[in-house]
Amino acid sequence: MSAPILTLEGVSKRFTKPLDAASKFANLLGANYSEQTVHAVDSVDLSVRQGEVVGLVGESGCGKSTLGRVVAGVHQASSGRVSWRGRYTDEMSAPERKAATLAIQMIFQDPMSSLNPRLRVTDIVGEAPVVHGLVAKAQQDAYVAEVLDRVGLDSTYRRRYPHQFSGGQRARIGIARALAVKPQFLVCDESVAALDVSIQAQVLNLFMKLRDELNLTYLFISHDLSVVRHLSDRVVIMYLGRVVEAAPARELFKGPQHPYAQALLANVPTISARKKRFAALKGEIPSPLHPPPGCHFHPRCPMAGPRCRAERPALKEIAAGHVAACHLHDGGVGALAA
Amino acid sequence: MSDTAAFTVPPAGRSLWQDARIRLLRNRAAVASLVVLALMALGCVVGPLLTGHPYDRVYQDYVRVPASLSSYPKAEALPGAVQRIAARIRATPSEIAARSDRVRLVLTAQRPIDQRLLVYFDRSDQFGTPVIAGSEQEGRRLVLEVPVKRRHFLFGTDSNGRDLLTRTLIAGRVSLAIGLLATGVALVIGVAYGATAGYLGGRIDMVMMRIVDVLYSLPFIFFVILLVVFFGRNFVLMFLAVGAIEWLDMARIVRGQALSIKRHDYVLAAEALGVSTGGILRRHVIPNTLGPVIVYVTLLVPKVILLESFLSFLGLGVQEPMTSWGVLISDGARAIQATPWMLIFPAAFLVTTLFSLNFLGDGLRDALDPRDR
Ligand SMILES: Nc1ncnc2c1ncn2[C@@H]1O[C@H](COP(=O)(O)OP(=O)(O)O)[C@@H](O)[C@H]1O
Ligand code: SF4
Ligand SMILES: [Mg+2]
Repeated sequence: MSAPILTLEGVSKRFTKPLDAASKFANLLGANYSEQTVHAVDSVDLSVRQGEVVGLVGESGCGKSTLGRVVAGVHQASSGRVSWRGRYTDEMSAPERKAATLAIQMIFQDPMSSLNPRLRVTDIVGEAPVVHGLVAKAQQDAYVAEVLDRVGLDSTYRRRYPHQFSGGQRARIGIARALAVKPQFLVCDESVAALDVSIQAQVLNLFMKLRDELNLTYLFISHDLSVVRHLSDRVVIMYLGRVVEAAPARELFKGPQHPYAQALLANVPTISARKKRFAALKGEIPSPLHPPPGCHFHPRCPMAGPRCRAERPALKEIAAGHVAACHLHDGGVGALAA
Repeated sequence: MSDTAAFTVPPAGRSLWQDARIRLLRNRAAVASLVVLALMALGCVVGPLLTGHPYDRVYQDYVRVPASLSSYPKAEALPGAVQRIAARIRATPSEIAARSDRVRLVLTAQRPIDQRLLVYFDRSDQFGTPVIAGSEQEGRRLVLEVPVKRRHFLFGTDSNGRDLLTRTLIAGRVSLAIGLLATGVALVIGVAYGATAGYLGGRIDMVMMRIVDVLYSLPFIFFVILLVVFFGRNFVLMFLAVGAIEWLDMARIVRGQALSIKRHDYVLAAEALGVSTGGILRRHVIPNTLGPVIVYVTLLVPKVILLESFLSFLGLGVQEPMTSWGVLISDGARAIQATPWMLIFPAAFLVTTLFSLNFLGDGLRDALDPRDR
């Protein structure tokens, strides 16, 4: 196994909603509104090795997209550090940072909203390479044609606007835009979720083909377990901003250790019944504004004990390359640790 | 998704603007408006040279004459005009025979008529230099041939006796120039400022928009008077300054747009691709604010034109004998019952222009949106 190319150390991302004028005024009169903070991502450790496909799963709102955006450099982490190829991003020089920015690219969920409706495909795909001087302006069109060929899109379409394409074609344009800057790492945020099933399979195959051809590494975000299972080498499960379990895909799907992961996988959808995703889980996902203390999962956990309500479980290695954050695997749930 | 329908459009190599032009030319209302506006502009630029009247020429004898296709003076007005002039010469006219281009008459008086006084015919607006056809009774009876000067006042004249057609066209120059100049300034400042504030967001946005609020709260007239003090009555600078005030609304509209546009994934993608802030503003944020901006521009042009008439009314805008549509309309409105043509014609020009701008704005908005087909 090669060394990790991307490492997150205790990365958190908080969104603070400032008080509006009315609440500030109410505070002056003695009310007690405080700023609301969403812990979208809460001290996540993660490392990804060269060539790996890491699947990131969890219910909607658990912070997957936010984590992906921190990785892609769209959001700054509120705390914790990200390192790329052994260098912390906050210690990089400007050219290094630029190289890292280009090396990690993101592919978005909604193929329509992720393409600027006023630009032609040639400008959507060609903008960044020209801006960064990877190709001369005069060569832009030829270069774009080459990239479009690579993602399986007819390059004669490159003078068209995004609305003139079908969903699957738009997804390919989004992929081409990312590939145009020769990235090494792709963050795919629900990149096939908006597509028809048959188109999904085509796009997933494209991802795998590109991985082989271009030696890419993926962080593949999805709430669809069958997609992740089909694709990933390793799977990371998140719950309310925290990683609860991570293991090689085969092992995790065979024997999930964390109660949340077990509930999640108990009902792995088959192709014929995709819609039933988290049917085994009872109750609502709590609001990330007011997460429960201790283990975030305890209000819904069938195994919860007194310790779970008080103490946050740490990620423990339970087998080689298999970690889980549950007191069951760390001394039991019965009483508070001394 | 109907791929087949979408792909009947040929993969042509056209730019956004070429595309927009083709789509605009397909919109009949927009094309008609464009033609009307072009004619209006052309008319205002060359028209005053062709009407045969200087815009500031006062015809004392034609004060408040109604619009008419036939020429002045009217046949029935001639005897009266002759009477008035004869009275000044202290003579009595008789045997007045009016033809279309000359009047033949006989002047009689107690004493010999001072022929120098015949210059009164010359000085009037209706007649040319009289020719003395015969002098009898030692100059106490003169037979005169007086040529009639034919003039057309297609739109009538105003209360000073100036040709309203010429004045309406001259006013159009001023109003259109003001509308375009001030709107152009407001557009450039407002779009750049609003897009920057909205896209950068956070504290920068807050500071930038508080500045807008402060400018908003300044009394506009106070501001204009200050500018007049600084620039003097410089017409062009004045309206650059008006534009520099009118950008505030534009900045707010564009900021609101930019706030929502920056949440789109294509902006995030551009950020992840390391595109500079300026590039994101220019290529991703500003082009997507165009729709509401164009609609607002078509509202701003009339607003500025009307604002100008208000300033002129206060004596801060254009000054006599120069004029603008706003000034003509406010003059006309004051005399609406006696001389309706003084209101009708300038108002018709202004309304036509505003309608055309509106249709053109709608057409442009649709044409610039590649999604609309
Ligand atoms: N830009 C933002 N501002 C404020 N809150 C945000 C923002 N982005 C995400 N959040 C909040 O962070 C939490 C995690 O969101 P997200 O990462 O999109 O979840 P997921 O992708 O797993 O569905 C949600 O509660 C969401 O409301
Ligand atoms: S720590 Fe307790 S509540 Fe949390 S998952 Fe494990 S058993 Fe359930
Ligand atoms: Mg998401």
